[in-house]
Amino acid sequence: MKAFTRLFDELDSTTSTLEKVAALKRYFKQATTDDSLWAVLLLTQKISRRVITSATLKKIFLTATEYPEWLMTESYEQVGDTAETVALLLRSLGYARPDTKESETESSLTEWMTNRIPQLANFQTLEEQGDVLLSWWKDLSADEIFILNKLMTGGFRVGVSDKLVIRALSELFEVPSDRVAHRLTGVKNASDITFSEIISKEEITTASNQPYPFCLAHSWASRVDQDWSSEDWCVEWKYDGIRSQIIARDQQLWIWSRGEQDISNSFPDLLKLFEPLRTLNDGTVIDGEVLIVKDGHIESFQELQKRLGRKKPSPAVMKENPVGFVAYDCLEFEGQDLRELPLQDRRKYLKRALKNFKTEQIKISEAHEVKNLDELEKLRSQSRENSAEGLMIKHWHSPYTVGRKTGSWWKHKIDPLTLDAVLIYAQAGTGRRANLYTDYTFALWTEDKDGKRTLVPFAKAYSGLDQAEIDELDKWIRRHTREKFGPVRSLEAQQVFEIGFEGVLRSSRHKSGLAVRFPRILRWRHDKKPEDADSLETAEALL
Amino acid sequence: MEELIQLTKKGLYCARGDFYIDPWQPVETAVITHGHSDHARTGSKQYHASASCVPLLRHRLGPIHVESHEWGKPFQLSETKVSFHPAGHILGSAQVRVEHNGNVWVMSGDYKRTPDASCEPFEVVPCDVFISEATFALPVYSWEPGEVTAKKIFNWLHQDRTRPSIVFCYALGKAQRILAEMKRYTDETVYLHGSMAELTKLYRNHGIPMLPTELVADLPKDFDFSGKLILAPPSAHRSVWMKRFKEPQTAFASGWMQIRGARRRGGYEKGFVLSDHADWRELIQTINETKAKKIYLTHGREDVLARYLREKGLEVELLRTEYEGEQE
Ligand SMILES: [Zn+2]
Repeated sequence: MKAFTRLFDELDSTTSTLEKVAALKRYFKQATTDDSLWAVLLLTQKISRRVITSATLKKIFLTATEYPEWLMTESYEQVGDTAETVALLLRSLGYARPDTKESETESSLTEWMTNRIPQLANFQTLEEQGDVLLSWWKDLSADEIFILNKLMTGGFRVGVSDKLVIRALSELFEVPSDRVAHRLTGVKNASDITFSEIISKEEITTASNQPYPFCLAHSWASRVDQDWSSEDWCVEWKYDGIRSQIIARDQQLWIWSRGEQDISNSFPDLLKLFEPLRTLNDGTVIDGEVLIVKDGHIESFQELQKRLGRKKPSPAVMKENPVGFVAYDCLEFEGQDLRELPLQDRRKYLKRALKNFKTEQIKISEAHEVKNLDELEKLRSQSRENSAEGLMIKHWHSPYTVGRKTGSWWKHKIDPLTLDAVLIYAQAGTGRRANLYTDYTFALWTEDKDGKRTLVPFAKAYSGLDQAEIDELDKWIRRHTREKFGPVRSLEAQQVFEIGFEGVLRSSRHKSGLAVRFPRILRWRHDKKPEDADSLETAEALL
Repeated sequence: MEELIQLTKKGLYCARGDFYIDPWQPVETAVITHGHSDHARTGSKQYHASASCVPLLRHRLGPIHVESHEWGKPFQLSETKVSFHPAGHILGSAQVRVEHNGNVWVMSGDYKRTPDASCEPFEVVPCDVFISEATFALPVYSWEPGEVTAKKIFNWLHQDRTRPSIVFCYALGKAQRILAEMKRYTDETVYLHGSMAELTKLYRNHGIPMLPTELVADLPKDFDFSGKLILAPPSAHRSVWMKRFKEPQTAFASGWMQIRGARRRGGYEKGFVLSDHADWRELIQTINETKAKKIYLTHGREDVLARYLREKGLEVELLRTEYEGEQE
């Protein structure tokens, strides 16, 4: 636990990529293979085990230490995190081991993950759980208690990307990073893989349902090189569905989403559509987008959402929201890994794989020929009519790489819709933002029959401001509060913000009668007065 | 019991002695606990301060009439007997003891009990009424000894010697404490932001042993700061002044850094928990040790501390002063 806590602290207290990688390497160098495996799984958030909730953790702490609840609540309000509050209070009470003292019963990360933490679930009462926890806490430093609390409540997060973890492993053990990434794809449990398998220099046959790591695109706006040659680029619509791989191996079919979830059960109708692949020779893997396709028309993501999270959709739901698929790429054909081939060749295999498909629901993504950048922009402006959220621009010679490598795959999304709205409510954030007002509600004007204008809540947004703006706004909010309702403050209607979003839909659940998709703050319009903000009618026109 | 000290518009006033303690408006006679700007303000006719506070006060307030007093040595102000006792907050920081007719009040100013190599240690002064600060009056705040924190700064500095290491901290008190506590581990030169130059010199004149320092501004433009420790006030964070350091690692030293959210919010990579105010346990310990019958609480989380003390049976009242404690 000591080494893992130290690693957490090092990752958490630097923004330098180099130092993060160095810290990871230091850890893996000294850790046992079992601990290394758990560390990889925890850092990449492949597993999180919640044996108790934060609320239970609080109760256990209060019972075990007979701490005044009001004082814990005051503390929590300052800290904004139960796991951290408990750790700090234990230290203040003298229960935690001082940093300067060595632990007497130092247990490995593996011991904690496989024995101790799961064991907690065997105790039924708060008192019993409290006894066990107290005995653990007493031999841990406050920092270690914080980590343990996070692991028990399933809330362990650390500021390191999967990519950096993979890079550290790849550099330390001299294995190509693509190989490490591939082996980790789809892993959900410590029993799925061993650490030696992750870092093995040899090719290891992976489980047959294993997807390939998805190739991702960079934003077109970040492209430096600005020339265009029509024969270099394959331009496709960028659809807003669930990016997925259809995997056909060993006479079986799976659908894996980019979020590394096996979503086969949610889409039995899609499995049925892909039935012809199952009987094809050996393995076939197709990359594409799961969408709702009704009478040949691609529906919005909202329609697709009705199908998500349902383990076994009813026939009625499947009929109401028929699933479809737009195929982008072919990664494996007749058991051969095609990812090193250029895109133009992979497209040929894609056509071969899908040539016997007669259904309307499955299509190969259309490749547009675009002569120049003007045409590109023109095509992009037609995205909405084509049910797309922009364009994908891929080099015809590009291999299918792991993750987001520079240069050959670009996404060029349509500009979001924007409206100027007035800030009317604020609420404190959670976690590290618990004592800052960071959750905002914005309103638009509406006019009644007598011509009286009032503000109607229209969208909530959490992101889009930089830290300095958040601080400034937080100060302003505290000084211009009209009323407090619990954690929410109603504010003087003074500040105008430009809100960007992806679409507007009718909604009976909202007071405005509208629901906005992906609202976010684009700019703080210091230059605008509240009366200059947009009206609900303007928003309705965007329907 | 007579109310020896009362809250007025200009500050805490003692009528029997006709003086104010740390007034926030100009007055005839001001008794000053310490040199921080929320306690020592300009414009009063006559000042009284501890001997080690006087140079800092002069530096901050310019030409003033100030009488210097030895620790624990009483002097008469009208009907009252007044004396200064170390508060352990910064160099020269004092608690003010006021006695009239056997009635003893102590105004603590800012104070702490954690050992500090750069100032006189806190002294418990028994009294009838104790006026305490409450900046960090939440049980989540508990400090380690300065030498432990200094070791952490030292380790952090040594972990990456390819980049400049900047610790942001307050120019009066905190900067000198770091220079003094770090002396246990190294003798390297530390580089200072201009605002810390004069104050650090005053500490040196007083005989506080500290690491050697140089001013960033005195060095040639191409000076390589890699692996060097630099101290600067929080106002320099993300300012133009930072431009001369190539990819520095940054940290903030403050009691607020105890909480992870506060560190993130400040945009610092690393937080060192270093406070010149008492933590929760020190506040309660001190209040108990003074054996005061009545407690007044000022700036900070006085609401929380008041409730806690009242539940323990103490008589507590709140005072709305204009002191700010430690800024986030
Ligand atoms: Zn102070």
